[in-house]
Amino acid sequence: MYTTDLSGKKAKPEAAITENPAKLAAFEARVAADEFIEPKDWMPEAYRKTLIRQISQHAHSEIVGMLPEGNWITRAPNLRRKAILLAKVQDEAGHGLYLYCAAETLGVSRDEMTEALLSGKAKYSTIFNYPTLTWADIGAIGWLVDGAAIMNQVPLQRTSYGPYARAMVRICKEESFHQRQGYEIMMHLAAGTDAQKRMAQDALDRWWWPSLMMFGPPDDKSPNTEQSMRWRIKRDTNDELRQKFVDITAPQAEAIGLSVPDPALKWNETRGAYDFGDVDWEEFYAVVRGEGPVAKERNQARVKAWENGAWVREAARVHAEKRANAKIAAE
Amino acid sequence: MDSALPPLAAYAARLGDDSLILGQRLGEWCGHAPALEVDLSLSNVALDLIGQATHFLGLAGAIEGAGRDADKLAFHRDVMDFSNCLLVEQPNGDFAQTIARQFLFSNYQALLFEQMAQVKDERFAPIAAKALKEVKYHATLASDWVVRLGDGTDESKTRMVAGLNWMWRFADELFVMDDVDAAAIANGAGVDKAALRAAWDARIDAVLAEATLARPAARRPIVGGRVGRHSEHLGHVLSAMQFLQRAYPGANW
Ligand SMILES: [Fe+2]
Ligand SMILES: [Fe+2]
Repeated sequence: MYTTDLSGKKAKPEAAITENPAKLAAFEARVAADEFIEPKDWMPEAYRKTLIRQISQHAHSEIVGMLPEGNWITRAPNLRRKAILLAKVQDEAGHGLYLYCAAETLGVSRDEMTEALLSGKAKYSTIFNYPTLTWADIGAIGWLVDGAAIMNQVPLQRTSYGPYARAMVRICKEESFHQRQGYEIMMHLAAGTDAQKRMAQDALDRWWWPSLMMFGPPDDKSPNTEQSMRWRIKRDTNDELRQKFVDITAPQAEAIGLSVPDPALKWNETRGAYDFGDVDWEEFYAVVRGEGPVAKERNQARVKAWENGAWVREAARVHAEKRANAKIAAE
Repeated sequence: MDSALPPLAAYAARLGDDSLILGQRLGEWCGHAPALEVDLSLSNVALDLIGQATHFLGLAGAIEGAGRDADKLAFHRDVMDFSNCLLVEQPNGDFAQTIARQFLFSNYQALLFEQMAQVKDERFAPIAAKALKEVKYHATLASDWVVRLGDGTDESKTRMVAGLNWMWRFADELFVMDDVDAAAIANGAGVDKAALRAAWDARIDAVLAEATLARPAARRPIVGGRVGRHSEHLGHVLSAMQFLQRAYPGANW
């Protein structure tokens, strides 16, 4: 997930222990009562750090996520699809922007976050380290990736940190729009020519498992879930969300005549849910380590954009300074 | 120019092709701009331009009356039938070059649509009126950047000058009049582009002065886009843009 804990390490417990116990208790009571914590409110250091990591990782995911989809803007199959895709990628840039702003309220600057992304120190969703090979991938991303993002972000509209929750409300509306548009592309392809149907099936084959990985490691390998749930930074476990995603998505695939690439996928009457096969966690951890198929390309694209833009940002800064000085001189 | 198109349809196609090719070019920036805010504004402009292209090419197809819609025109013509001006097909280059292209073009388009919004023809006027609001913003955006880059750092000034130099030879073509323009004017749809030149010069000069930049020296204009004589760049733009429609003939998307 955009917000999944990819650190894989258990957060240091000392952080919570060294806090003032009375303040900590009051804080925890507010969170338990579903009150929003605002930037000026007292908060434990570990809460602040976890949020910065989670929100900035979410922001980076939005920004890196622009690359696989942006890859098809110049090749969209007709004018309508081109406009929809442009608007979608633009929405993602907007999401990145709100989220960077939300993270900034916690005392970290956008430049610091950007540096962390470019150096590889900060993570982003594993899903964007896979390539978009055909037009159907644009459909698959909207349907599956935005679909998965919604699963996890809808509950975050009630997350305990106010600025994050409010950003989420705005973002969720757009994500569900993206999900519908993506599914609509797939529907069209699946009902199209044999070649289009093949393209759609191939995209589902490639994106299905990476989409399930987006929800993060299984609950028993997710050390920080409990703490994050108590702080209402996370509201469902990885496995719960993954199950929900499969239950919603599998029938959608069936409805348009595509098959999910999992021989173990089967409706379980007793559980009232789908059983499904094992995710290749080996692959997931490799991608987290930066070994995804196009991880280097994604990083290179961001670094290039940042470095090639340095003179532009500098010029804007110097110009604004000149203007400000001229104004002072005139007064 | 597409020889198969009657004059008024050809006139609409020129307008549509200008917007389409520039929108396509700006789309290349998506995800790679110097800052997130710039990414957003460039894709905004691209989106407006693709919208204009859809309207004007749709109109061209409707006037032609041979069953071609905007997509058919956008995705199934070759270089020699595209009638955009040479300026819009120029490569993005660095950010300054992209801004130079936008600056020259959007200021022209704003003047053009100001006039076209008032023509008698009830098909052209409303498209122009709607586009005018968008294009005014594009012109302001580009002009502001010309000022920032021109009057920013030494490096940004050097780059801005180079960008303007690259694009300047294609500016005159914007104002060239021919039979298609004359026919459009006679039909109450067209605008006398040559008459826009003085106002355009004034706008460009005012911004350049604010940007502490000299106006590039006049040079021999390069023309031909309106009649299908393009630069080498357009073929590559089309090969990316039209790839899917060409690879999967007859498919619906
Ligand atoms: Fe998003
Ligand atoms: Fe999205």
